[in-house]
Amino acid sequence: MTNQVLFAQLLYGGSGILLILLGLWSFLVHAPLLRKLIAINVMGAGVFHILVAIAYRGIETPPDPVPHALVLTGIVVAVSATALALAFGKRLDQDADPG
Amino acid sequence: MIDALPLSVTLPLLGAFAVTVWPAHARALGLLAAVLTAASALTVTAAVWTEGVLRADLGGWGAPLGIALEADGLSAAFLSMANTVALAISVYAGGYFKRESARHFWPLWLLLWSALNGLFLAADLFNLYVTLELLGLSAAALGALTGTREAVAANLRYLLVGLLGSMSYLLGVALVYTAYGVLDIGLVAEAIEPGPVAWTAMTLMISGLILKAALFPMHFWLPPAHANAPAPVSAALSALVVKAAFYLVLRLWLDVFAPVLNEAAANLLGILGAAAVVWGSWRALRAERLKLLAAYSTVAQMGYLFIAFPLLAATPPGLARDNLLAAVVLLALTHGFAKAGFFLAAGMVQKTAGHDRIDELGGAAQALPAATFAIGLAGVALIGLPPSGTFLAKWMMLEQAMILGLWWWLVVMMIGTLLAAAYIFRVLSRAFNREPTPYRFVNDARTELPALLLGLIATFGLGIAAQPLWALLEQGAFG
Repeated sequence: MTNQVLFAQLLYGGSGILLILLGLWSFLVHAPLLRKLIAINVMGAGVFHILVAIAYRGIETPPDPVPHALVLTGIVVAVSATALALAFGKRLDQDADPG
Repeated sequence: MIDALPLSVTLPLLGAFAVTVWPAHARALGLLAAVLTAASALTVTAAVWTEGVLRADLGGWGAPLGIALEADGLSAAFLSMANTVALAISVYAGGYFKRESARHFWPLWLLLWSALNGLFLAADLFNLYVTLELLGLSAAALGALTGTREAVAANLRYLLVGLLGSMSYLLGVALVYTAYGVLDIGLVAEAIEPGPVAWTAMTLMISGLILKAALFPMHFWLPPAHANAPAPVSAALSALVVKAAFYLVLRLWLDVFAPVLNEAAANLLGILGAAAVVWGSWRALRAERLKLLAAYSTVAQMGYLFIAFPLLAATPPGLARDNLLAAVVLLALTHGFAKAGFFLAAGMVQKTAGHDRIDELGGAAQALPAATFAIGLAGVALIGLPPSGTFLAKWMMLEQAMILGLWWWLVVMMIGTLLAAAYIFRVLSRAFNREPTPYRFVNDARTELPALLLGLIATFGLGIAAQPLWALLEQGAFG
C-alpha cells in the first residue's frame, strides 16, 4: 500500500514539476501575451498537481483536505488573474487597431 | 481590542462593497471607509504597544486548521505607516479624481488596502499567498486606471511578473506543507530544520517575493508601471505595495527560515541590493520625467533595505542586532512616507503644469510653493539628511557595517546618498528657476496638504520621534 501511495505521488508530483518547468520555459521564451498567459496557467496547473499529490494518502484513507482547499482557492485566484490579463490584452488590441 | 484585528481587514472590504453598490457616492463612502480603516489599524498598533502581541483565531478555529491574524511589533509598525499613508492618499484622491474615474478608483483602492492590511496581519503562509495575489491584482488594475496604452502595457507586464512571483511563492508553500504538514508561521518556525527541502522552499518563496519587491535585476517592470499610473496610485504602489513584499521577505527571514539561513544567501541579497542602489540612483539622475525619477528612486531605496540582510546575518543576536533591525524598519517606514509625499506632490505639479518634464519645471516653486516644499522635504528624507528617519537608519547601518569590517556596503551607501542628493537637487534647481512673485503658499488644500504632511512626518516625525518605534518592536520583533 505504501508503495502504491509513493508511486501515485511520484507520478503526479513528477508531472507537476514537468508542467511547471514547461510553463516557466514558455513564459520566458515567448513574447506574445496570450502565450505568456497560457504558460502561467500551465505553471499553475503544475503547482496544483503537486498539491493534489501531497494530499493523496492511499485508497482506503481519505485524502488530506488542506491541500485540496488550497488548490480550490488557487484556481479561483488564477481565473481572476487570467480574466484581468485578458481584459488588459483586449484593451491593447483595440488601441492597436482602431475602428 | 482583539476585534480591531479583523476590523482593519474587513472595514475596507465592506467599504469596497459599498462604493460598488452606490457609485454615485463613491467619494464620500470611500473617505468614510478610509477614516474607519485607518482608525482601526492605529488601534491595533496602540494595542500591540501596550499589551504585546495580539492574535485572533477567526471563527474560533485553532492554529493548524483555522485562519489566524496576528500582530506583533513588526507588523504593527508597518501597519501604522501603511494606514497613515493610505489615509493621506485617500484624502488626496478625493480631490484628484473627478466623478467618472472616482467610480473606478475607490472600489479597487479599498480592495488594495484590505489586501495590504491582511498581508501585514496574516499568520499563515497560504493566507499570505491569497493577500499577495489580491494585492497584485488590485494594484495592476489601479495602475492601468488612466487607460493609456503605456499604462495598460506596463501594468500587464507587472501583472504577469507578479503572477510568476506568486507561483514561485506558492510552490514554496506546497513544499513547506509536504515537509512539515503545517502552514501557520509560528508552527512552521518550530518544525523547520536545515536541509535541502527547507532550503529549496526558502529559495522559491524569497525569489518570488523579491520579484514583487522589484529588487535589481528584477526591477524592470517597476519604473513604467509606477510612472504611468495616476499620482495617488503611484504613491500607493511605490510606498506601500513593493514595501509589503519587502515586509514579507523580512518576516520569513526572521521568523520562519532563521535556522536555515546562511551567509551566502544574505550576501546575494545584499549584492543585488547594492546594485539596485547604484543603478536605480543613476537612472533616477538621468530621468527626464519627475514621476520616472521617483520610480527609479524607489528601485534604489528598496536596494538599501536589502543591504541590511548581510549586515543582519553577520551580527550576533543582542542589542546591536536589535538596533540594526529597528534601523531597517525605520528606513522602510521613512521611505513609505517620503515617497508617497513625493509622488502626491509630483502629481500636483504634473496636473498644474500639464506635464512632468523636469527640465521645463521652471517656476514650479512660485506657482506651487506647498507642493515644491513637500518635494523638498521628501527629498531630505530620500537623501538621508538629518533630521529625517533615513538619516538615523543609515547612520546605524553604516556604523554596524564599520564595526563588522564590511566596509564595501559603506561605500555603496555613500555613493547612493550622493546620487540621491544629485537627483533631488536637480529637481529643486529646476523648480526654483525664474518666474516672479509668489502668490499663495497652498493652492489646493485637499491635494497639497496630504503631501506636505507626509513629507513632514518623514523628515521630522520619524527622525526625532524614532524612540517609540524601538518600544513597539520590542513586542515580539526583537530576539
